[in-house]
Amino acid sequence: MLERYLTAASTYAHSIDHLFILIAAIVGFWLIAAETIMFTLVFKFRAKNGRPTQYITGEEKHLKRWITIPHAMVLVCDVVIIIGAISVWYNIKQNMPVADETVRVIGQQWAWSFQQAGPDGVMDTPDDIRSVGELHVKINTTYHFELMSRDVVHSFAVPAFRLKQDALPGRTITGWFRPNRLGTYDIQCTQMCGLGHALMAGRIVVETPQDHAAWLMRNSNPAAAGLQALPASPPDGTLTLAEARR
Amino acid sequence: MSTQVEHAEPSFFHKYMWSTDHKMIAKQYLFTGMVMAMIGGFLAYVFRMQQGFPNQYVPGFGLVTPGKYNAVVTMHGTIMIFWVAMPVLIAAFGNFLIPLMIGCDDMAFPRINRLSYQIFLLSAIVLLLSFLVKGGAFGGAWTAYPPLSSTGAYNLTPAGAVLWLLAVALEFVAFLLGGINFTVTVMNSRAPGMKMYDIPILVWMIVLASVLFMVSVGPLIAGAVLLLFDQTMSTGFYDPTRGGDPLLWQHLFWFFGHPEVYVVLLPAMGIVAEVVAVFARKKVFGYKTVLYTTWAVGFLSMVVWAHHQFVAGIDPRMANIFSITTLMISIPITEMVFLYIATLYGGSITLDTPMLWALGFIAEFLIGGVTGIFLGSSGTDIYLHDTYFLVAHFHYTFVPIAIISVFAGITFWYPKMFGRMLNETLGKIHFWGTVIPFNVIFIPLFITGTAGDQRRIYSYAQFAEQSRPALQHLRTTSTIALLVMLAFQFVFLFNFFWSLRNGKTAGDNPWRSTTLEWTVPSPPPHGNFAVLPTVYRGPYEYGLPGRADDFAPQNVPD
Repeated sequence: MLERYLTAASTYAHSIDHLFILIAAIVGFWLIAAETIMFTLVFKFRAKNGRPTQYITGEEKHLKRWITIPHAMVLVCDVVIIIGAISVWYNIKQNMPVADETVRVIGQQWAWSFQQAGPDGVMDTPDDIRSVGELHVKINTTYHFELMSRDVVHSFAVPAFRLKQDALPGRTITGWFRPNRLGTYDIQCTQMCGLGHALMAGRIVVETPQDHAAWLMRNSNPAAAGLQALPASPPDGTLTLAEARR
Repeated sequence: MSTQVEHAEPSFFHKYMWSTDHKMIAKQYLFTGMVMAMIGGFLAYVFRMQQGFPNQYVPGFGLVTPGKYNAVVTMHGTIMIFWVAMPVLIAAFGNFLIPLMIGCDDMAFPRINRLSYQIFLLSAIVLLLSFLVKGGAFGGAWTAYPPLSSTGAYNLTPAGAVLWLLAVALEFVAFLLGGINFTVTVMNSRAPGMKMYDIPILVWMIVLASVLFMVSVGPLIAGAVLLLFDQTMSTGFYDPTRGGDPLLWQHLFWFFGHPEVYVVLLPAMGIVAEVVAVFARKKVFGYKTVLYTTWAVGFLSMVVWAHHQFVAGIDPRMANIFSITTLMISIPITEMVFLYIATLYGGSITLDTPMLWALGFIAEFLIGGVTGIFLGSSGTDIYLHDTYFLVAHFHYTFVPIAIISVFAGITFWYPKMFGRMLNETLGKIHFWGTVIPFNVIFIPLFITGTAGDQRRIYSYAQFAEQSRPALQHLRTTSTIALLVMLAFQFVFLFNFFWSLRNGKTAGDNPWRSTTLEWTVPSPPPHGNFAVLPTVYRGPYEYGLPGRADDFAPQNVPD
């Protein structure tokens, strides 16, 4: 259902989509039932001459059933949804699979920047690849991300991955994703972060291992790394302004 | 303390600005709330125009720059919750109706009541002044997360941020005073014979909402003081580089912020209960069960706050607990709605304007309620958090609360407040002209949110996935519907002011209702009751067998 509106490009995207459908089915039933009953009652008991209103307190056993039975049914539905919600949550946010690769994601007013290991495969060495606004990852590879912020609260969101995690200053938050579809997808900031909030866009490029290796090689020269990995040209003047602040 | 006291005609200032009469204070709150609603509506018009027709000149405002967009969105949220929903639902209806419905001459503390309004007015002025200071109004969202809100270098509106916080704090003081007053009045000043279970549901709801407000607001006031220190004295309570924690604010804010939803919901549910009972000519189905569910809702609302923070960086295990409590709160709320629907059963229903609004509330609030499940369940919230799905969801709760139920209340009690009837035809035009566009505004936003539109974004130009033309069509549709909805509000304003002089004379009890406010003249004189009433029965005795009339007022002996 969600995929009609937005591509799903990570392994856990579908589990979120399925939970969405489960909830939609359950609450859709209740919504339609409640609205139908309400409008039927309004029509059926519209004022008519000579038909007096009935005196009902709501304490009558045979009428109270109409509340207590749906009450129990709502409880059962809640339990089903809770089980679904927690199992999806557990697999995405609590149970971290072993990482194949690690990337560092840094939010600041108003850009995302990324750091990943260069060809030597080790983080925090001179051949590390640092890029702004664009993150390159390999398909079918489990990534851990280390998320941090340099200033205010940001939120690292990749809608196509169904991924969202706030970035907090002073804290490193680890999460994971495993892309399973080639392509270029948006990175958003979904937490109000000031004047340039709407400019805090990025792209995540999911590519084949060969393409990724080639990209690594192109950018592995430490001197050139920072420059080449920048987005081709800033979309407008304001981003340059943000850049200049740094 | 009866009406036999002689009153000299007071001066204009004393009558309209310095009154201790609960009815005048109610009207002050009502009119201030209406003015603020117009400002809040205008702000919605501004940012919806930017969404629907990006980067074009907005008539009456000008070009919407990112800074202005943030300020307008922030102020819209702040105003609609704190300066429209709170003053109208709790303060206006509470002040006007509590003494009349429980059969006493005024509030327990009339001068505290006056002070409450004066502080409230001051808070509104401080908030509006923040538009004029250097840097403009605060634009860091109505949730004001630090460090953005605490640091001028980050939000670029240092003066606006301080004024915003001061205004909110003053507003809390006003409602603390009001809440104490409501609670004490209902506990102490009820007419003889009015037992706990003879109190009209609306009065119960306002008192419980006040209690909920008073219980939850304390931590936020403390938090606001810390934030004020961070802003003005460079302390570091929320600054991680100096041992502070930005998450602390989020907990304090939402510990208040979520009960706040129910603080405004409960009076709305109360208004709907009164109106449905009168126009269905029915006793509210399971009066006591309604109260029990209200208590359950009030209690549970105190333990759900972190569902606003699932992805905020809290311990992920906490999300499981808050998912459970959040879904549990759906049980008493649905039960309450079921009871309202059940009240219709066996009635004799007429669809006068107040009843249309009340039924509209139930129909629309159901949509708001069920879409909340998607967000309360942690798994789907990962994706939907801070998207337009969330925006559409809470507008499907807040518009029924702060707009639809308020119109139900105003159209229902207008005859009592002003002594004249509103025009029914104009009322029905206004109803349909509000409710239909309301759905056309927000159903498209559910879709754009599901497609990934994040909120509080002034332009999607940087986001390829969000720049698809289909999504822009939906945004434009939503904006046009808002223009239609706003246009129809002029019908209401015309009806409201025209009927003050030209409406049919109402009489004491135009709706043939049972509660005590309908036993006094319309509008009620100073002191309310010529002879203080005695109560003989519960509030909704319609269709009692063996009576000539189909209703039995609370103050008439058998």
